[in-house]
Amino acid sequence: MSRFLAFIASRLVIAVPYLWLLVFFLVPFFIVFKISLSQSAIAIPPYLPVFRFNEGIEGLLRGLRELSFENYGWLLDDPLYVNAYLSSLKIAAVSTLLTLLVGYPMAYGMARAPHSLRPVLLMMVILPFWTSFLIRVYAWIGILKPEGLLNQFLFFLGLIDQPLIIHGTTAAVYIGIVYSYLPFMVLPLYATLEKMDYSLVEAAEDLGCTPISAFWKITVPLSLPGIVAGCMLVFIPAVGEFVIPDLLGGSRTLMIGKTLWDEFFANRDWPVSSAVAIILLLILVVPIAYFQRAQARAREEEN
Amino acid sequence: MESLGSTRRSFAPWLDPNAEPYIRFENVTKSFGDFAAVDDLSLTIYEREFFALLGASGCGKTTLLRMLAGFEKPTSGRILLDGQDLLGVPAYRRPVNMMFQSYALFPHMTVEANIAFGLKQDRMPKAEIADRVAQMLKLVRLEQFAKRKPHQLSGGQRQRVALARSLAKRPKVLLLDEPLGALDKKLREATQFELMDLQQELGLTFVVVTHDQEEAMTMADRIAIMDRGKVMQVATPAQIYEAPASRFVADFVGAINMFEGEVLEAAAGRARIRDRSGVEFSLDNGGDASAGTTAWLAVRPEKVQVTRERPDGAVNAMEGEVWDIAYLGDMTVYNIRLNDGRLVKASVLNSLRRIEDALTWHDRAWISFAPDAGIVLIR
Repeated sequence: MSRFLAFIASRLVIAVPYLWLLVFFLVPFFIVFKISLSQSAIAIPPYLPVFRFNEGIEGLLRGLRELSFENYGWLLDDPLYVNAYLSSLKIAAVSTLLTLLVGYPMAYGMARAPHSLRPVLLMMVILPFWTSFLIRVYAWIGILKPEGLLNQFLFFLGLIDQPLIIHGTTAAVYIGIVYSYLPFMVLPLYATLEKMDYSLVEAAEDLGCTPISAFWKITVPLSLPGIVAGCMLVFIPAVGEFVIPDLLGGSRTLMIGKTLWDEFFANRDWPVSSAVAIILLLILVVPIAYFQRAQARAREEEN
Repeated sequence: MESLGSTRRSFAPWLDPNAEPYIRFENVTKSFGDFAAVDDLSLTIYEREFFALLGASGCGKTTLLRMLAGFEKPTSGRILLDGQDLLGVPAYRRPVNMMFQSYALFPHMTVEANIAFGLKQDRMPKAEIADRVAQMLKLVRLEQFAKRKPHQLSGGQRQRVALARSLAKRPKVLLLDEPLGALDKKLREATQFELMDLQQELGLTFVVVTHDQEEAMTMADRIAIMDRGKVMQVATPAQIYEAPASRFVADFVGAINMFEGEVLEAAAGRARIRDRSGVEFSLDNGGDASAGTTAWLAVRPEKVQVTRERPDGAVNAMEGEVWDIAYLGDMTVYNIRLNDGRLVKASVLNSLRRIEDALTWHDRAWISFAPDAGIVLIR
């Protein structure tokens, strides 16, 4: 009897996360998916209901017949959406690379710092999280705008006589993304670099490697799991980023998150914006799946 | 002093005043903050020598090795290799290779790639690299493991890969940091002899760091005993054991009985010492003792005889009680408690299978040793 109870209990424990995913991920996903197949209408909510439960079986069947992938076809036809997707992927890819270039030396320096200093450095990386993300992005407006801190400082140094126009450009979006997502890059990199046995680098130098070539042949390959994890953690949210391009970017910075927002709130076209969201999800599922597999492989390697 | 014990082979360039040392440490100091890990140390090592740095952990032996490899810079002093000052020569240009204590095998490369790594840095032609790698794999008998990754190997196999990798470039000097530390006892003993054979066969200079005195005694031509950044004595294993230069060395290597006393007489190499219980000892080898000073008489346990009666004509003898007996199979170690409470250790070889009338706990017994069995130490 008690064994039976234990069996039930163990199943329950496993069931909890599955239930969680079902209720908070799969069900909303299907709701959004369903809306994406519907038609926009002047109503509350602003789309044609798919299922009319009060009309019995007939109503359900009629509802099903009304479903169509028309919205998806429309998205692919309109270059605005395709360009927004491509531009989002490009901006996310470039800023991921920039974040890696800034984050790697930081993580490396932290991992090689004296033991007593490491918690402090780690704290300094995490500290910005204690302030609202929105406020931090707003602060960058104050830095980047033509009469902002950066331009004033450069004037003071005498390096420029015309203010640099950064705010409202794609460059500002890059700066914003690199700044906001840097900790997500630094932390996994630091974790792998700190674990690495430094005597491996010494062994490489002992065998004739210059310090630079030892870095490329030993340190970089061995920190690859951290590089992959950091890049995924930056790339995935950056593709759908809305706040940064909205606040720092200009009208010419095309990103899918902004398009989504406009469809929802300006056009009130829920079916199309749902379709935009579903396609965005599909685009991101591929790198996420790859990331998961890479992680699983790394774990196997360790065992 | 050269008659003490016999060296393993007739190889003793350190006795030849014309021999030029291969490695020279000249007044080398290495400080980390206030702490001097290596303190004004001078040392010479000869070509083709198997040299051991022996000491407790923290004595500076690893720091010394790392300075030779180029991973640490001396705070002051010079290190010369084959007449060339190594200061300013980075680790990757030194003709020495190191076998790391942790082995430091590259986890993302196969055994083969690990061994080939150093050769590739030298831009050796591919075919030659393949030849050399095959040769090295054969040397350490790991031919069938060439394609494995380090984590698929046992501890002993990893040790051999590390050895093969450090030998692949045919360095002039091989540095070994606790090479056998991670192996179990049986494997360690077998590997000791393998290393010695390898060193003879390849004609290389080996500098090995170890805290295991048995390992150092077995393998090395000469041993440097280190303590707190200084060299206490450099000598052959036999000299270290039979003619230690100080109480520290005598105590550090093997077991020893020490009696503090006053030198009554010291002349022509002989010495008479009265220990604090009033017993007088006379020794053939008086060392540097001079009359009227304090000195220590040291006797190894295997040179102490244990008998029921005072042996006839024994010069150095004391009476006591059998306090402890440890039967080790090949020998028996007795702890004899002297009348004044001090314990003396004596080990007796069990050359007969059965001894009638063997000593047992609380028997009265005499300990004695010959005049040439003891060492007089003044430091």
